[in-house]
Amino acid sequence: MTVTEFTPLASTLGGVLIGIGAVMLLALDGRIAGISGILGRLLPPYQGADPLGAACFVLGLTAAPFIYQAAAGGPFVQTISDNLGLMAVAGVLVGFGAGFSGGCTSGHGVCGIARLSPRSMMATLTFMATGFATVYGMRHLIGG
Amino acid sequence: MRQAVNFLAGLIFGLGLLISGMANPAKVQNFLDIAGTFDPSLIFVMAGAVTVSLIGYRFILQRPRPILAERFYLPTAKDIDLRLVGGAALFGIGWGLSGFCPGPAIVSLPLLAKGTLIFVLAMLAGIGLARLARQGKARRTGALPQAE
Repeated sequence: MTVTEFTPLASTLGGVLIGIGAVMLLALDGRIAGISGILGRLLPPYQGADPLGAACFVLGLTAAPFIYQAAAGGPFVQTISDNLGLMAVAGVLVGFGAGFSGGCTSGHGVCGIARLSPRSMMATLTFMATGFATVYGMRHLIGG
Repeated sequence: MRQAVNFLAGLIFGLGLLISGMANPAKVQNFLDIAGTFDPSLIFVMAGAVTVSLIGYRFILQRPRPILAERFYLPTAKDIDLRLVGGAALFGIGWGLSGFCPGPAIVSLPLLAKGTLIFVLAMLAGIGLARLARQGKARRTGALPQAE
């Protein structure tokens, strides 16, 4: 496993930007910045879900690494598992879980908590708990 | 205009995910690893994002409608049920296994890691599956699926 540096300033600044993006979307377009919800709007049937707006938001997300690279002078550095089977299983769990519970880290964890929604608080506590348990099991019990 | 707003909001949101370190799965997994290589940075991401949204949302939701759209599209579900808790529990397992949640995975697409591409395809399939499951349940109980 890779040790990562504690970055309180950069992380707070990044969090503030995430908040600004979310506030902007609600103020102007009336939408919650929940990424799993926005991705769901790209899938048919559309039923007034404004797939074009959702596509533009997703396009904005994917433009971010290019701006980051231009400003930082180098690409964003990340460490991703090369266990593709594990990533496929994790992807299905994340997609299904977010779709079934109606939100993800952004929709429940940021926007829902900002709306003081008891559902979102419950969802956030739950996925935090199973996230902690999963990493504990993977790293300290199985030793992956 | 609404398209430009969506693009810009997505761009700012995405830069936030990158600058905060949230788009690095190793950092997320270290946040979740209290017993090991713990990195508390993500508490600061959450604090920054929630503080700004909490204050911003309070002001915005006092208005009758958003600036460019006809109405606010807010979640209507209220009940804490098995679907919410079970879905969130599965989500957390996938999040812990990979260190990815939906936003960071999409932001990472242009960086072209194999794991990211597989994760995003699987995640979209999962979102589609969840929708089918919810619609199936809604048909059986006669209730309309609630958009969130």
